[in-house]
Amino acid sequence: MNLTTQQLLLAIAGMLAVTYGIRLSFLVFGHRLAFPHWLERSLRYVPAAVLTALIVPMALAPQGDIALNLSNAYLPGTVAAGVLAFYTRQTLLAIIGGFVVYGLWRWLL
Amino acid sequence: MSDRVTALLAGSRDTIPMLVGAAPFGVIFGTLAIASGIPAWATLALSALVFAGSSQFVAVGLIGGGVALPVLWLTTFVVNLRHALYSATLLPHARHLPARWRWPLAFWLTDETFAVVEHRLREHGDDMAGAWYWLGSSLAMYLNWQLWTIAGVLLGKSVPGLAELGLDFAMVATFAAIVAPQLRQRPVLLAALLAGTVALLARHLPYKLGLMLAALAGVAGGMLAERLAAGTVAEEQA
Repeated sequence: MNLTTQQLLLAIAGMLAVTYGIRLSFLVFGHRLAFPHWLERSLRYVPAAVLTALIVPMALAPQGDIALNLSNAYLPGTVAAGVLAFYTRQTLLAIIGGFVVYGLWRWLL
Repeated sequence: MSDRVTALLAGSRDTIPMLVGAAPFGVIFGTLAIASGIPAWATLALSALVFAGSSQFVAVGLIGGGVALPVLWLTTFVVNLRHALYSATLLPHARHLPARWRWPLAFWLTDETFAVVEHRLREHGDDMAGAWYWLGSSLAMYLNWQLWTIAGVLLGKSVPGLAELGLDFAMVATFAAIVAPQLRQRPVLLAALLAGTVALLARHLPYKLGLMLAALAGVAGGMLAERLAAGTVAEEQA
């Protein structure tokens, strides 16, 4: 982390303003707003898009360069967590399973 | 017990399953933030003032990786925009409430409280008891989230060097576990594939701008796929 205390305060204040603004939007200023249908539909894809965009570079290129090799424990760990979640829908189980694979991989190699 | 207290407690009680579900994420958030080098006060402030789990996780990843503040705020906006939908859905049930109710209830709006409260207000109508029920659910979620964040911070503090132990992997595993079940839907799968590819290709762009590009590409791809799929169904039915 390389933000100063002041930048960190500003970061949090901005996140508060943005998030609270969204939550206040209709409940407090509702009579002047309309929620467009296309925007409502697009929201369905936001979590998958944002989270995948965060995961993929970390799993495939943890040090910055693409690392499709045995020494990259992030990849098998991430795949394990994803596969477990896909088939069981148990988030916590999938996280722990992913961690076990990641830990074993690092320990073995 | 007065009707208000009864309604308040009912709202808290009906939220208990959500409290249990949120607990591990609160702990993971607190621990991860500390392991990423974010000070304890800022970690607690994120939970107390932003109070939006997914955007807090994303913020840990971005702040830890050195992000430009406008990109952080824009990402927060995109990740939390769904709350506007909740805000709009609950408005008919809140119209009669004075502003001193609506401002705090809006602050505490989460996926979980929305799910619990919207159901109750739709079934039982929106009298004052409904407002106290809503408040009960909100307060339960809020206190629960603060408590588990503190637990996570304490855990992060008591085990120094968690980052070297691979705790940064916990975030990747958490996100993968959240996303994977959603990939059963074809348009979501396409959104994820596009977002992942763009994020990988654009990973060297400064200030984590690649994340915004990837998110936009993913959402656009998902909507396009949805439209194409709808077109195919319409043709088959014609």
